[in-house]
Amino acid sequence: MWSRRLGRLRPVVCGAEELRRRRREREAALRKARREQQLVSKRLLRDDAPEEAGEGGVVVILGEAEVQQFLRLAQRGTEEKERERALVSLRRGLQHPETQQTFIRLEGSMRILVGLLTSNQALLQLEAARCLHELSHAEQSVVAEACLPATSYLLTYLSGHSSDFIELCLYTLGNLIVESEAVRRQLLPQGIVPALAACIQSPHVAVLEALGYALSQLLQAKEAPEKIIPSILGSTLPQHMLQLLQPGPKLNPGVAVEFAWCLHYITCSQVNNALLITHGALSTLGLLLLDLAGAVQRTEDAGLELLACPVLRCLSNLLTEAAVETVGGQMQLRDERVMAALFILLQFFLQKQPSLLPEGLWLLNNLTANSPSFCTSLLSLHLIEPLLQLLPVSNVVSVMVLTVLCNVAEKGPAYCQQLWPGPLLPSLLNTLAFSDTEVVGQSLELLHLLFLYQPEAIQAFLQQSGLKALERHQEEAQLQDRVHALCWTALHG
Amino acid sequence: MQLPSALRTRLAGAPGAAEPLPVERDPAAGAAPFRFAARLVRFPREHEFFEDGDVQRHLYLQDVLSQVAEAPDRPRRAFPSGHLLDAHILEWHDSLFQILSERQDMYQCLVEGCTEKFKTSKARKDHLVRLHLYPADFRFDKPQKGSGPATPGASRHTAIKALGDDREQSEGEAMEVCSEPAAPSPAPAGGRWTYSQRIPSTICFGQGASRGFKSTKKRNKHR
Repeated sequence: MWSRRLGRLRPVVCGAEELRRRRREREAALRKARREQQLVSKRLLRDDAPEEAGEGGVVVILGEAEVQQFLRLAQRGTEEKERERALVSLRRGLQHPETQQTFIRLEGSMRILVGLLTSNQALLQLEAARCLHELSHAEQSVVAEACLPATSYLLTYLSGHSSDFIELCLYTLGNLIVESEAVRRQLLPQGIVPALAACIQSPHVAVLEALGYALSQLLQAKEAPEKIIPSILGSTLPQHMLQLLQPGPKLNPGVAVEFAWCLHYITCSQVNNALLITHGALSTLGLLLLDLAGAVQRTEDAGLELLACPVLRCLSNLLTEAAVETVGGQMQLRDERVMAALFILLQFFLQKQPSLLPEGLWLLNNLTANSPSFCTSLLSLHLIEPLLQLLPVSNVVSVMVLTVLCNVAEKGPAYCQQLWPGPLLPSLLNTLAFSDTEVVGQSLELLHLLFLYQPEAIQAFLQQSGLKALERHQEEAQLQDRVHALCWTALHG
Repeated sequence: MQLPSALRTRLAGAPGAAEPLPVERDPAAGAAPFRFAARLVRFPREHEFFEDGDVQRHLYLQDVLSQVAEAPDRPRRAFPSGHLLDAHILEWHDSLFQILSERQDMYQCLVEGCTEKFKTSKARKDHLVRLHLYPADFRFDKPQKGSGPATPGASRHTAIKALGDDREQSEGEAMEVCSEPAAPSPAPAGGRWTYSQRIPSTICFGQGASRGFKSTKKRNKHR
């Protein structure tokens, strides 16, 4: 699956700097869209048949008369090949937004398409489904909403026999789902949840990946926490999802990515995470984390961050549940391989995807905050120094690193004795020179704990011009109380 | 970021952990003006913390153009649903069905997971439309009574082809079984379509079937 994705990179004409600039702009636009909750992600399945490539990739805009003609031919043509060709021509035209608009404005067009979708001719059904798929991918909501009459049939076909067809129906449903609440309001009573629960037992990887995509779209709906997630949790879907995330020879990365994201949308909605924990989510995800770290070590890591991200998020959020203590999550909460795996991933992120460092550190915080065991592992596995190496990355990362170090230090003298002597103090003196208030504030908190539980560090601090570093901030409103307290301790402690 | 070399071997090793160091807190740790407290952090759905990862996920979805490869000799099959087939076979081809349905509710809901049963196909259709928001002309329901007299003795239903009908006119055409040359009998007084009561010799459905379903719908004369 990973190589298939990489193979789709289009040839590049402009320079690397230009590419980077475009990418930055694109990502900025996407971030803005997300902030406004307008991030709509649709998936397009398109046939790369030879005759299409021959046209030089130009999509023909069809006029009303042509659309009508193709529909008529498809519906009433005498030869099957002729009918199929008409639908193919229609489908190609529907790749263009103008043709899409023309199509939906034509009276009876959707009715005819649905008729073809539900005919008894397999090839016509497939082409009709492809037309529908193109429409579902349209950017204008009105086009996708015109597909509403087809949804009950798409659902019906999920229990059919052709995996290609099912895959197509699923991607189409996924696109329609993300488009409008009207579609979702219809799909739920039409039985989409039981249909997906039945379909997830398919042995076909392509079907599973498509199902995961469709489900992930359903789970992202703004009304999902109240209207959708409860029935998902009440179905057999969670158990099947977790099964598909089990590491081992049968784990398919493309499938796992989709269901990991599904799990993330469920967990961050905070509907009933305790239920997921009783299904063994922590155990499965913990093992998957180990597996991912192993893949990094074997450098089988192309696209790995796509799976790592939701896994980290799920683990982090699940660890905040009270159920973790009571429901035998104890083993996962002590296995120091988890710590090893997380650091291997942090190193990987630093090289490949630095924007994921905060997510990894979030998990590190939730692992260490209330766990003497994991704090001890951090020390015994000699991970303090690697952690400190992340400080220069960004202010956000610095604050999180310092927070984790505070998690360790606050557990008392036995822990602080392992923190100093060592590289911690020089690093702290560095961070005290940062201009960011939050970074400095967190540094002050750590210093306070270090001075309290390992007073021998104070002398070293003073000898390394610590006071001067502190005094830089004595006018800063948010910092001055703590600065003064520390100066006092340093001089009198 | 330099990781200790022992880390990799640790990952491959057995589960477990060193004995945790003793915890011993001093109340002065949390005394003002200091305010650190170790705490679990939870981020809800829309939190901006997720921004970067979500954008990457979006790019991943958008950049995929996967191939839908055409099998050269795709067998001609319609794509019926297993659930519908079960319901259909039971209803259409079991001569006991008619008798039983007079005594108990035999028409089961077509939606996977819904266990409702109904006395008549109309009642079922009402249920589908009202509760499950199915379209009023859902095509896989039983045809309505009184759709017009059948053409007697018509053998339009050749094995493979049965095309050219104005399908959208049909008031819910059921999926039929192939190789059944008998024409549907006119709607009986009870108001239900039935085939002849003969159980067909072959039922074509499922994987590897070389025949699709054929229609017994008559050619519509008016446009």
